[in-house]
Amino acid sequence: MNPDLQGRSYPAAEVYDVGREKIREFARAVKATHPAHFDLEAAKALGHRDLVAPPTFAIIIAQRADAQLIEDPESGIDFSRVVHADQRFIHHRPIVAGDRLVAELHVDGVRAMGGGAMITTRSEIFVLTGDGTAGSGVSREAVSTTTSSILVRGEGQ
Amino acid sequence: MSTASIAPVFTDLTVGQDIGSRSITVTRQDLVKYAGASGDFNPIHWNEAFATGVGLPGVIAHGMFTMGAAVQLVTDWAGDPAAVVDYQTRFTKPVLVTDTTGTEEPGALIEVSGAVGALDADAGTVRVDLTVVYAGQKVLVKAQAVVRLA
Repeated sequence: MNPDLQGRSYPAAEVYDVGREKIREFARAVKATHPAHFDLEAAKALGHRDLVAPPTFAIIIAQRADAQLIEDPESGIDFSRVVHADQRFIHHRPIVAGDRLVAELHVDGVRAMGGGAMITTRSEIFVLTGDGTAGSGVSREAVSTTTSSILVRGEGQ
Repeated sequence: MSTASIAPVFTDLTVGQDIGSRSITVTRQDLVKYAGASGDFNPIHWNEAFATGVGLPGVIAHGMFTMGAAVQLVTDWAGDPAAVVDYQTRFTKPVLVTDTTGTEEPGALIEVSGAVGALDADAGTVRVDLTVVYAGQKVLVKAQAVVRLA
């Protein structure tokens, strides 16, 4: 475990395009039945532009961001010894189908726990606006802040 | 699949009020589905030999499966999944999911209940505290969802 990880950040990498079928698939996987995840008219009737993602959908994007840290050879984290300790999602606005999302990862805390370590990461997730073509002006708007603590078990834990 | 409900009204709510309960069964197939949908393919959630090899009692559910499934009680009560503006939990105990493939066994049973934990009149939000139990033990602790009412 590298104690110098605290304060490290990983910039937004690849764009995650939120698709309708992915929202439906994720919703079914968490046994959600709310029509706003499945039916466009139901989502629109609630004032949403498109299908609404379940409250924990952002874990897909957050765990992709976390993978940058876990797979970083400098981090020294053995993924097979990782236990998820806590998780939080703060939604600044709902994620809907059609969103193009990016995540910035921040390592907020690293502390020794027994022979292992507790690592707290935060993903700031933004939606890209504009079509990305020259002159259209791509900007970004905050969508979700996710925080997660993982316990990396030491030997014998 | 409609779960039409009448959206709760802030002024009708009181701290401690019950918002209902829900039972969730989870099988190995459910964990495979969640793995595919979420991208979390850690083998402790689908491979018995791997799970026991790292010291677990067997295959366990993703904590994020339980967290994601438990909040459906809140989204259905609120009437709009987008009303959940903040949701957090700690994972304290694993949900053991034995292989019931090809049997009549329903899978592991997770029981979820919710109550109003706090009201914030200025923000127009209500905090729902969830109790999530498997095999007589709380598997999520401090499971709290903040709902913004229209």
